[in-house]
Amino acid sequence: MIKEIEHEAEIQNKRTVKRQSKARFLSDRIARYLVFIDGMVSFLILLAIAVFTAQEGLPLFSQVNIMSFLFSTEWRPTQGEFGILPMIIGSIYVTLLALFIAVPLGVACAIFLSEVAPLAVQRYFRPLVQLLVGIPSVVYGLVGMVIIVPFIREFGGSGYSVLAAAIVLMAMILPTIISISEDSLRAVPSAYKQGALALGATHWQTIWHLLIPVARSGIISAVIRGMGRAVGETMAMIMVIGNSVVIPLSPLSSARTLTGNIAVEIQYASGLHRNALFATGIVLFVLIIVLNSLAMLVLKRGEVVVER
Amino acid sequence: MNARNTQKIAWFFIWAGGFITILIPISIIGYVLMRGLPSVSLDFLLTPPEGGLSGEGGISTVIVTTIYLIVVTLIILTPLGIGAAIYLAEYAGDSWITRTIRYAIDTLASVPSIIFGLFGFALFVTALHFRFSILSGALALVCLLLPTLIRTAEQAMTTVPRSQREAALALGATKWQTVSHAVLPTAMPGIVTGIILCIGRAVEETAVLYVTLGGSAAMPTSLFSGGRTLSLHLFYLAMETNAFEKSMATGAILIIIVIIINSLTDWLASRFHAKMTGGT
Repeated sequence: MIKEIEHEAEIQNKRTVKRQSKARFLSDRIARYLVFIDGMVSFLILLAIAVFTAQEGLPLFSQVNIMSFLFSTEWRPTQGEFGILPMIIGSIYVTLLALFIAVPLGVACAIFLSEVAPLAVQRYFRPLVQLLVGIPSVVYGLVGMVIIVPFIREFGGSGYSVLAAAIVLMAMILPTIISISEDSLRAVPSAYKQGALALGATHWQTIWHLLIPVARSGIISAVIRGMGRAVGETMAMIMVIGNSVVIPLSPLSSARTLTGNIAVEIQYASGLHRNALFATGIVLFVLIIVLNSLAMLVLKRGEVVVER
Repeated sequence: MNARNTQKIAWFFIWAGGFITILIPISIIGYVLMRGLPSVSLDFLLTPPEGGLSGEGGISTVIVTTIYLIVVTLIILTPLGIGAAIYLAEYAGDSWITRTIRYAIDTLASVPSIIFGLFGFALFVTALHFRFSILSGALALVCLLLPTLIRTAEQAMTTVPRSQREAALALGATKWQTVSHAVLPTAMPGIVTGIILCIGRAVEETAVLYVTLGGSAAMPTSLFSGGRTLSLHLFYLAMETNAFEKSMATGAILIIIVIIINSLTDWLASRFHAKMTGGT
């Protein structure tokens, strides 16, 4: 009798264990599928962005020649004229001007942080520079409108200009350039540096002839990343660049960027005009992908050099 | 010119570069706080803005919209982001599917925000008829922020020592039990850092919301009401009104939020680092 009860209990016990483990394995399997689906979401979003932008943008080219879209200087949406050359030039002009100031400054600052600055200075320096990343672009725009634009007005024009936009952009891309350049300077094996110093090179000669050449690919990719950020910036540009559709001939001239063109007009655009704005987005998208692949390529080649 | 003098000149320029660079954040933050803080008062925080071309009023509805938008964004974003990170860190091998997903995340991370705005405008605002609303804005923000969260969460999980997983598996835990009971709790501070980072980016983001949120100054009543966040409010004030005092005050509040978020992530990151390296 007792044996029977024990036997019963054992069977019961086994059943519970089995049930529990079944639930365990079921939840394991469900979890596996769920996280896989989560993983796929990013891919689906990218796909959806590509499809939607193409679907809304490409119909433009059944009406407007792609060449005249890219190379015509006339942007008059109400009269069916869609040429984005002024915006392409505006974007490139502002970006190059910003890089012209930001690259020397950023690289100098990266050398400062990785080689020259005392530890105490570094500790306060880095968080402050990183704050630049977090400041909203509209705050940059506001400071630009209140300080930089009136200052540039002294030199002629309205002050809302390519130069003002470039100065604002410079501050925005500086942290990107500094942190990636600093990382690549620090990644140079210390044996190289010790070798150079042992040969009697001064600290500066070591930096100039050894560290910078070895870290070059990292610095170049930092510049390209900064360029990507600059081309994509929207709100701060709208606030200080003036937004008039002209080809800027001087830094004091007003201009419009590709991003600004989209943001300013999309809310009230319809029909072909709307298509043209999405097509502007395609141009921007392609530009960014090209820049990014360039950065990847430079970084990959850099790795090979360091390994050797 | 001998090498020592060259070095002296080089040092001068490098110190100058460092000095100029550090002046930029100090002067921007100092200027906005000095010009803006005097106009920040309890009254400013608690009155609604008048909207339209008038820059008068406070920012009460704007604060509510900002919080509303961030909460909705996080509700959608967190499970998606953490799930994807779990997949990449724990389940994914090196297959073409995984490589495609990683490529998609990298590409998404470099897409300029106005493109997310365009996409959100086309899909959520017009095609799905969500109109200019908190829902449209939140969904577009989710797309924008997903790569950031996935990357930080994945990184946090990969720093969890292998031995911890092996111990759980050896005790008979299933893969999922290992992940949810052994990996996630340890990686939590890193994941929280990622979430706070996303909140920061949601606060600063303007381009996406400019084309999906509408910009109404009224108090949001549902997911489908439009609105404006702090950044967006600042933009409207600066571009459409003459209320520079008010926009500076809004800017000052934004800067304070950014400083708080930055210190919070720094603190969490250092704590996580200490935890992973065995310190206290």
